[in-house]
Amino acid sequence: MAQLDNKASRKGKAKRTVGTVLATGFFAILSLIIIFPVFAGLLASFRPGTELIRRGLSINLDFSTMNLNNYNYLFSGNADSQKYFMWYKNSLIITIVSVALTLIICYFVAYGLSMYNFKGKNLLFFLVIATMMVPFEILMLPLYKEIIALHLIDTYTGVIITGLCNASTIFFFRQFLSGLPKELLDAARIDGATEYGIATKIILPLAKPAFASMGILQAMGVWNAILWPLLVLKGAEKFTLPIGLNTLLTPYGNNYDMLIAGSMFGILPIFVIFLIFQKYIIEGMTAGAVKG
Amino acid sequence: MKIKKFLYSQKVAPYIFVVPFVLSFLIFWIYPLISSITMSFQNIGAVSSEWVGFKNYAKLLKDNVFHTAIWNSVKYMIFTLLLLIPFPMLFAVLMDSRLVKAKGVWKAVLYMPALTSVVISGTLFRLMFTEYPTGQMNMITTALGLGTFKWLKMGWSGMLALLIVACWRWTGVNMLYFLSGLRAIDTSLYEAAEIDGASAWQKFRYVTLPLLKPTTVYVLTISVYAGLAMFLESFMLWAGNNSPNNIGLTIVGYLYKRGIEKNDMGYGCAVGVVLLVIALAINIIQLVANGTFKNKED
Repeated sequence: MAQLDNKASRKGKAKRTVGTVLATGFFAILSLIIIFPVFAGLLASFRPGTELIRRGLSINLDFSTMNLNNYNYLFSGNADSQKYFMWYKNSLIITIVSVALTLIICYFVAYGLSMYNFKGKNLLFFLVIATMMVPFEILMLPLYKEIIALHLIDTYTGVIITGLCNASTIFFFRQFLSGLPKELLDAARIDGATEYGIATKIILPLAKPAFASMGILQAMGVWNAILWPLLVLKGAEKFTLPIGLNTLLTPYGNNYDMLIAGSMFGILPIFVIFLIFQKYIIEGMTAGAVKG
Repeated sequence: MKIKKFLYSQKVAPYIFVVPFVLSFLIFWIYPLISSITMSFQNIGAVSSEWVGFKNYAKLLKDNVFHTAIWNSVKYMIFTLLLLIPFPMLFAVLMDSRLVKAKGVWKAVLYMPALTSVVISGTLFRLMFTEYPTGQMNMITTALGLGTFKWLKMGWSGMLALLIVACWRWTGVNMLYFLSGLRAIDTSLYEAAEIDGASAWQKFRYVTLPLLKPTTVYVLTISVYAGLAMFLESFMLWAGNNSPNNIGLTIVGYLYKRGIEKNDMGYGCAVGVVLLVIALAINIIQLVANGTFKNKED
C-alpha cells in the first residue's frame, strides 16, 4: 500500500513538474515576445540611424558594430541636445506639478464625498462616475476652443488644468477613505481639531499608500500624454518629450539617430519608477475592476 | 470671525471640499459636452459662427470617408474585444495557478508596454512592419514561406498591425485586472468544488467565470471605449493622420482631421457626437445584457 501511494505521488509530482515547466515556459516566451520591440529598440539606439532605416529593427547582438555615438550626440550639449533636454525638463515640470495638484485636489474631493453625509452627495458621486463614461476625445474640440478663449493656449496651465479633477483618482481615493473608521474623525473633533485639520493632519498621513498608487499611475499617464499637449502647446520650446520626439519624424527628414536614443532615454524614468513602486501600481490600477 | 466659524462648521466643510470638482465639472466637462452638441449644429468660423441645423449630420450621412472611419473603429473594437478579453483571462487563470514560477518577473514584463509612450512604441512597430524584407514581420512571413507584404499599405494587414500593437500594449494590463478579480474569489469555493469532484474545466466554468463577471464587465466597458476612441496608435503607426486609402483612419482620427487639421470644428463636433452616441449605445446594451442595472446591493 505504502509503495503504491509513493508511486502515485511520484507520478503526480512528475506531472506537476512538467506542468510547471510548461506554464512558466509559456510566460517566459510571451515575455520575450512582449519585450522584443523595446529590446530591439534599445540595441538600435547603439547603432547609426541610417542602419535602422536600411535594416529595420534587429536583434543582432554583434557588439563590434555598436557604439555610444547616438548617446554622445544626445548629451553633447549642441542645439539638438539642448532641445531634447528642454523637452525632457518640460515633461518633468508638467508631470510633477500636475501629479502633485491632481493628488491634493482629488484627495480633498474624495474626502468630502466619503467622510460626510450631506445633501447632494450621491448626485455628486454619480457625476464623478458620469464623467468617466464620456471619452475625452469627444470633448477635445470644444475644450480646445475653450482653452483658446481663456487665453491658456500654449501654456502649461492649459495642459494641466483640464485634468486636475481626475474622476478615476477621486473614485480610488473615495474607495480607500471609505475603508477608514469614522470614529477617528469624532475623536479628533473632541480633541479640538478643525474639519480641515483632520483632513490634512490626521487622515492624509493614513492615506499615504493611496497617494503612492495614484501618484505613480498619474505620473505615467502625464509623462506619456500626447493628444491634449499636442493641441495646447504650439511653440517648440514648450513641447513635452513625446511631442518633441514626434516632431523629429517630420518635416525635415527623419532624425532616427536622436529619435531612437532619445526614446530609450525617455522611457528610463518611468521604468525606474515602475520597478521601485510596482506593488502600488497594480493596487491602484485594479481597484476599480474588482467591485465594478 | 463669524465667517470663519461658518466655513469651519461640519455642515459647510464638505461643500468646500467638493468645490474643485464642481468647478472642474462645470467648466471642463458639462460646458464642452454641451458645446460639442451645439457646435455640431453650427458652422464654426474664426470670428463668428452660424447656425446650420442638421447640415453637418446630413453631410456625414453621405461622407464615405466617415463611413470608412466608423467601420475601421468598430472593426477594431470588435477584434480587440475578441482578443483582449478571453486571452488575458486565461493567462490570468494560468498565472494564478501554483504552476507558474517567478510570477513577479512575468507580470512586470507584461505590464511594461503600458509604460511606453505611444510615440515610442508606434515608431518601433512602424519599423517592424516596414515593407522591406528586413522588417521583422516580413522576416517571419518569409520564414513561413508566405513571402513579403506591404503591411501598412493594405486594408487587412493595416488592421492586423493595429491589432498587434493593441495586443502588445493591453494583454498585460487586462491580465492584471483579471488577476485582481481572481484574488477576490473565495478559495473555499474551489475546495468545495474539488470535494464534489469537479474537473479543472468545470471549476473554471462554474466557479471562476461567474465570479469573475464584475471584472469582465469592467474590462469590457473600458475596452469598448478604448476601441472606439482609438486614434494615437494609428497616428503613430502611419507617422501622421494619413494612411493610404484611409485604411487606418478611425472616428477620432477623422474628428482630429476635420476639427483640427481642416479647422472645421462644427463638422468635427458632429463626428464626436456620433461617436458619443455609438459608445453610449453599445455600453448601455452591454451593461443591460450583463444585468448591471438589476439592483443587487444599492
